[in-house]
Amino acid sequence: MLRFALRRTASLVFVLFSISLLVFLIFFATPGSDPSARIAGRNASQATLTQVRSSFGFDRSLPVQYGLMMQHLFIDRDLTSYVNRGAKVLPQVSAAVPVTFSLVLGAAVIWVVVAIAGSLAAARWRGTWVDPVIMVIGVVGVSLPVYWVGEVVNLLTQSRFHDSLFRWVPPLGYAPLSAGVGTWALHLLFPWLTLAVLYAGVYARVLRGELVTALNEDYVRTARAKGVPERRVLVRHALRCSLIAVVSLFGLDFGALVGGYALLTEVVFGLQGIGKLTYDSLRNYDLPVIMATVIYAAFFVVVANALVDLLYARLDPRVRHV
Amino acid sequence: MRTLRRNRVAMAALLVLLAVVALCLLAPVYEHQVAHTDAFASNVSGTTVVDGKPSPILAPTTDGLGLGVVPIGPTWDLSHFLFGADGQGRDVAARLLYGGRNSLLIGFSAALLCCLLAAVFGVSAGYFGGIVDGVLSRVLDVIWAFPVYLLAICLSVVLLTGGLHVGPITIESGSLLLPVVILGLVYVPYVARPLRGQVLALREKEFISAAVGSGASDLRVMRREVLPNVLPTLIVFLPLMTSICMLTESALSFLSIGVQPPDASWGTIINDGLGLLYTRPAVALVPGVAIALSAVALNLLGDGVRDALDPKARLRGGDA
Repeated sequence: MLRFALRRTASLVFVLFSISLLVFLIFFATPGSDPSARIAGRNASQATLTQVRSSFGFDRSLPVQYGLMMQHLFIDRDLTSYVNRGAKVLPQVSAAVPVTFSLVLGAAVIWVVVAIAGSLAAARWRGTWVDPVIMVIGVVGVSLPVYWVGEVVNLLTQSRFHDSLFRWVPPLGYAPLSAGVGTWALHLLFPWLTLAVLYAGVYARVLRGELVTALNEDYVRTARAKGVPERRVLVRHALRCSLIAVVSLFGLDFGALVGGYALLTEVVFGLQGIGKLTYDSLRNYDLPVIMATVIYAAFFVVVANALVDLLYARLDPRVRHV
Repeated sequence: MRTLRRNRVAMAALLVLLAVVALCLLAPVYEHQVAHTDAFASNVSGTTVVDGKPSPILAPTTDGLGLGVVPIGPTWDLSHFLFGADGQGRDVAARLLYGGRNSLLIGFSAALLCCLLAAVFGVSAGYFGGIVDGVLSRVLDVIWAFPVYLLAICLSVVLLTGGLHVGPITIESGSLLLPVVILGLVYVPYVARPLRGQVLALREKEFISAAVGSGASDLRVMRREVLPNVLPTLIVFLPLMTSICMLTESALSFLSIGVQPPDASWGTIINDGLGLLYTRPAVALVPGVAIALSAVALNLLGDGVRDALDPKARLRGGDA
């Protein structure tokens, strides 16, 4: 286990370095236009351009420039937005983190719970109407644009049925945990459901496949022969083994969620998280903010994936020797 | 092929897809011959005839301060403003067809480019092994670890400001090629990694040793022996990647860093409709339905192709 952990950490460091290098090359070394003009934003004054040029060392060698970028991002943490008249970028990012976290974690809990329930139902009543329903939800889920689903939800809950069925739905926006758990959850309920709908079907389908395989295994037959009730066989024996396969899938999708779907969901529901911050910066070409959100979000996703891998190796010793 | 033709779901999906493509190809015909409109020019002060009465395309708002305008809603009449107008008075139905052309074209070209690059990367990594494999695999690992949307956002925002000029290759910043190249690149590992694994296994087969032993060059072995064996995998990936690329393209366009105005794509139309969501929901809803319909069709077609080419996948899928 220790050797696996060391090897995984080494590869983690390598990937983090490569990603930061890639972002650096994209922002500062892509041929086409002057990098200081990119950082300074549209119609920047000559003075701002000079300031950017010296701050990021564009007159010096590429390795020095890379070092300066990393220093602004991680050591001095003084990256500045020039479009937004000298506002510091990183406080904005850290203010946005709890919002994105609340969104993603809540959605993940809902979709995993729904997927487990659905897959158990499908495995229990194999070959009935439950199977095709789950399949259809899975296929439709991966085919829907998430921001569009969010808009439909908004249309129904905020406008069309707001005076009748959805009177209890609060206006769009985020309420912090300090305002009370109930308020917080109520504000996030529909964003959570929107995200969960997309994944629950796929997970239920994968988990159902695993469950069906597990139910044909010898240990399940042994359990049944011992007279263990069917429900207990399903939950305690088959489900426990099947969940292992979902853990690695979850790691990947969690990353895709933080760096993609959550971003779009925040925009539609007006939640001031990392995604909304990125979106607003895209609108006014505020590149320092985009650079910071991209690098921090990518780092978070990569580290989270490494943790999932370690957890996976802990659950299933076979993985350690790949 | 016969298995695929017997698969009713996949055939229905293919028909839906062909119908969508045909409709989108007919966009100029619809625009000029049926709707008599210009899908790309704003029409702020125009009028049209609804129920025999002339009505403005953009009417002043009655509620609030009365400063805004409300575009005309869906007339459900093919000859003008079937789905209403957008905030600039342009016919949404006509833009929907033009947008579909871009969305589908970008999705398909990006998927094609992605499969092509993945074939080059995957086959050479698996075939040569050693250092080549080591370097290529590390590169793929890094792109794989980089969340797709974040990478695409970085690339788009930088390339949109100045286009791309690498040696003889020049892509202007408004070009449709830009999203194609970006999407094709970011999804490479998703196809290249499974492909590499397959080639690694093929490399040990006797017919490869026989070809190498009979003096064939590496390039010839890869082209004549390895590639035909991994081609089914690539064909299976193509419709699935088209669906994924199309969804990602529309998301980028929705974020205003994909297809640039005045060009349309389904994502940009949804973005146009965002501000009109509560007054004229059709503008945002209709393109979403189009995206979902095409993506479901592509996914079902992809599943059908996979079942036809690899009967074992069907069994593993748990249809027991």
